[in-house]
Amino acid sequence: MATRTATAAQPASARDSLLDFLTRSWAYLFLLAMVIFFSATGTGFFTVNNFSNILVTSTLVALMAIGQTYVVITSGIDLSIGWTVGLASVVAARTMRDLANGGMEIAPAMIIGIIVALLVALIPGIINGLLIGRVRIPPFIATLGMFGIVRGAAFLLTDGQQVVGQLPDTLRDVLRAIGSGSLVYFIPGQGITWFARPEGLPPEVIRGVAPLLPYPVIITAVVVVIFAFILGRMQFGRHTYAIGGNEDAAIRAGINVKNHIVWIYVLSAFTAGIAGVLYLFRFTSGAPQAGEAALLQSVAAVVIGGTNLFGGEGKISGAVIGALIIGVLQTGLVILNVDAVWQFIVVGIVIIVAVLVNQAQAALERLKANV
Amino acid sequence: MSEQWKKPEDPILEARGVSKFFGGLTALDAVDFQIWRGEVVALLGDNGAGKSTLIKCISGVYKPEQGEVVFAGRTITHQPPAQIRDQGIETIYQDLALAENLDVGANVFLGKEKKTRLLGFIEVTDDDYMRKEAAKVLERLEIHIPSLKQKLVNLSGGQRQAVAIARAMYWNAQLVIMDEPTAALGVPEQRKVLALIRSLREQGIPVILISHTMQDVMAVADRMVIMRRGKVAANLMRAEANEELIVKHMVGTAEATF
Repeated sequence: MATRTATAAQPASARDSLLDFLTRSWAYLFLLAMVIFFSATGTGFFTVNNFSNILVTSTLVALMAIGQTYVVITSGIDLSIGWTVGLASVVAARTMRDLANGGMEIAPAMIIGIIVALLVALIPGIINGLLIGRVRIPPFIATLGMFGIVRGAAFLLTDGQQVVGQLPDTLRDVLRAIGSGSLVYFIPGQGITWFARPEGLPPEVIRGVAPLLPYPVIITAVVVVIFAFILGRMQFGRHTYAIGGNEDAAIRAGINVKNHIVWIYVLSAFTAGIAGVLYLFRFTSGAPQAGEAALLQSVAAVVIGGTNLFGGEGKISGAVIGALIIGVLQTGLVILNVDAVWQFIVVGIVIIVAVLVNQAQAALERLKANV
Repeated sequence: MSEQWKKPEDPILEARGVSKFFGGLTALDAVDFQIWRGEVVALLGDNGAGKSTLIKCISGVYKPEQGEVVFAGRTITHQPPAQIRDQGIETIYQDLALAENLDVGANVFLGKEKKTRLLGFIEVTDDDYMRKEAAKVLERLEIHIPSLKQKLVNLSGGQRQAVAIARAMYWNAQLVIMDEPTAALGVPEQRKVLALIRSLREQGIPVILISHTMQDVMAVADRMVIMRRGKVAANLMRAEANEELIVKHMVGTAEATF
């Protein structure tokens, strides 16, 4: 044993450590490479406005991917969150609209709408968690069932329509001010302003004005930091990894695995709920299908970020990078005038490559440990 | 047969007349078993002789139909496994029950994480403390793991075995039960595990060892309890045991020689 450990502890050769570095941080490098590629080839890509736009676009997938990361670390999957996003956006829109139409001030109507939407979003999460954690239904099946149920519930709340109709203009203005607003605006050649878009500037300057810290990005960043902290530093996170690594060991160590699994799916529904509320703020409407396309993108982001689909490994930071890669790809391909259909193909290829690279990395690590 | 293996003081653990049935099958038939402090007892027998059933009756996984199990003067026969473990009987199964995606400290403290406060109110896991404590126990076991930040998946089989034992020791195990600890290991690793068992004995912690490997048993066991068809066929001190005699007891041809 002594000789074996001594070998493992020795510094790896330069080639090995380069390979190790590449497989470990390939997602960051890939993101960087794509940004460079699109900046070089697409006009209008390398602008503050466009980067700001990519960040805002990525918030939906990033928020969903946060909860999904926890789920996947416990070797589960949550297929229902796409529709949970829609449900939350619809509930928030309806509640705010009805309260505002009933004569309530906009601010309290909005706050109540947010709270109600987040609480309603937790319901599918609680049911998923109970089914998976206590009744031991496979996550794929339980959340697939919930996929249909939540989808139906969201459409019931819009009477089958694509959006919640007729939000009062006063409400829409406030929603837009936050959802499309920014803490800081960048004015080319003149510096920055706070809170509001600058006014009274010549049109050619106005076009260059870019939101530097859009509110949706700030909100998402706060959620990212909180859940990354819980996963990385707190007991809840430790137990999440332990369950994904060896569920039997977790049970024998006295961890309440059943309850923990319930919390994991509640958490997943919660970040989807936040994404749904944010959707309402960004688009000033609630839509059942708000997160439909983003579901698979959230799984893709998680996988690209290095989270192991078999459980036990993964990081929130990886999921965020994954969401950004998808955001950059989509925006970049649009700017290059590539047919939208190609996005699907490219994102699909990236997912498969991601899994291959992660497998190679795991193999490399094993190899190094057993020299 | 001589009874020189019995000691004057009370055993730390005693099973008295323990019987266990599975349907019509008698897995254990009024088994008496004792182990004293600082003793390594090997539990031997053919497949189906009742070794595993006996240790499961001790660790609480099975409830015996008859008889009782007394540990440190208290009856533990009908306690759930978690409660029995809390009293200091630690079973290390072949699969070790470790989270291989976590490091040594996290495994030793799994489920009982040491926490500290960040900014006075946020409870975070105290990873440095857990690593240091784990290192101390491993030192007592004379096991050296180069980097305690390594995930277990990158450690050797013997090192993982050491982590499982270290966890048992850290939480004050009074009795360690090991099920085939050397089965999946290479020869140098096997030696290290045997050394671990000896060092447990030196710390006064008795070990019940289930093993098929005769050399292992001869190397570390103070006493051998040989089971056959749900009964204790023989109790042999190491001095009086040899492989031939053990095998005879296991297959049931030994009685004729007495």
